[in-house]
Amino acid sequence: MTRIPTRTHVTTTVNGDPVDFLADPRETLLDCLRDKLGLTGAKEGCGTGDCGACSVQLDGRLVCSCLVLGVEAEGREVKTIEGMAEGNDLHPLQAKFIEHAALQCGICTPGILVATEALLKKNPDPSEEEVRYWLAGNLCRCTGYDKIIRAVLATARDLREGV
Amino acid sequence: MNYHTPASFADASRIAAEATGTTRFLAGGTDVLVQLRADIVTPDDLIDIKHIPGVKAITRNADGSWTLGVAVAGAEMTEHAELMADWPGIVEGMDLIGSTQVQGRATLVGNLCNGSPAADSVPGMIAAGATVTVTGPDGSREVAVEDVPAGPGRTTLARGEVVSAVNIPARGENGGDAYLRFIPRTEMDIAVVGCAVNLTRDGDTITDARVSLGAVAPTVLLVKEAAKALIGTTLDDAALEALAEAASAACNPIDDKRGTIEFRTHVAGVLAKRAAGIAYARAGGEK
Repeated sequence: MTRIPTRTHVTTTVNGDPVDFLADPRETLLDCLRDKLGLTGAKEGCGTGDCGACSVQLDGRLVCSCLVLGVEAEGREVKTIEGMAEGNDLHPLQAKFIEHAALQCGICTPGILVATEALLKKNPDPSEEEVRYWLAGNLCRCTGYDKIIRAVLATARDLREGV
Repeated sequence: MNYHTPASFADASRIAAEATGTTRFLAGGTDVLVQLRADIVTPDDLIDIKHIPGVKAITRNADGSWTLGVAVAGAEMTEHAELMADWPGIVEGMDLIGSTQVQGRATLVGNLCNGSPAADSVPGMIAAGATVTVTGPDGSREVAVEDVPAGPGRTTLARGEVVSAVNIPARGENGGDAYLRFIPRTEMDIAVVGCAVNLTRDGDTITDARVSLGAVAPTVLLVKEAAKALIGTTLDDAALEALAEAASAACNPIDDKRGTIEFRTHVAGVLAKRAAGIAYARAGGEK
């Protein structure tokens, strides 16, 4: 049994890189990513798991990083929006979101991209309905969603056809 | 706040039993972290049970029964084809909770111990006859799921007790279950009424049944009168009417803008009929 003191040394992997930080156990993974590691791509919208702006993958599973404690990341693998592009080469989803103007203010975009990448890995050929249900936990107040859905479906088609 | 990562349920129980302040167990965190952030509950001791061996396991036992670890997330249940084939009602109830992101973390036991009368995964577990193993300072005991909730936000578990496994019976032959809920939207909402039906058939005749209702009383209910209305019938119109009547009669709901007492009471009967129809078809081999 481990009893961890007030500030905990957390060793984890973010986007393939080993990182460590000191966390108060009350701090969320979102706060740790943003404030301790400088990874500000994940956004805080609601802080209660409703909006999805803080979406990351934890051991390959899509989660809200505001509903994960920083100390829970010990020994796990975290993937954030910062790990999506390869250098200056955008991920096909990112490129397609720009092409379709599937964003306006951009606050929700990192979360939606992370969530969508997880969807296409699980289901390369989702229906429109499946995309809408999968993204039901990612709120966007600007676009009305249609452009986002079209960008996701177009990317999925391109990836399937090897474009 | 002290953060603990015990390696066994006995240790988890001891930490909770010896704690003098507010204690919470952490599995998926989709309720605990929301309460923490909103300053509703700030635990002095937070006990993360995810380092205990077996908490992420979905196991089909030799007798066909299932044991689910307490940190198994909804998404992991949905992805488990054999569990889904045996107990679609339990899995579909769990799957209705929250978004994809929430499904990545939320657990059956968290949903149960949060104590909401509207908990979507609880009617399915009750209808299935599921139990939970509870580990306390004096050892372990097995508790029927319907005996865990004590009222909104409360359970019958004593200080120092922690749920250490979910036990689901063997499906057996010619059985089926289903869960339906009413919400005013299509997704991402809390049940106004929920109903789970689990039944077994011999030919066209129902030989055994359990019916559970959510969001129509201070706790999720096991409605024995509703089950009686089904047993011995072929789910004919008279049986369905008797089922609806018994389900509505069991309701003692709140009255709010999401559903009046009259509405919830009526819909409980409607959902019971529909869920029974699905369970009956599944018991007959329909997917």
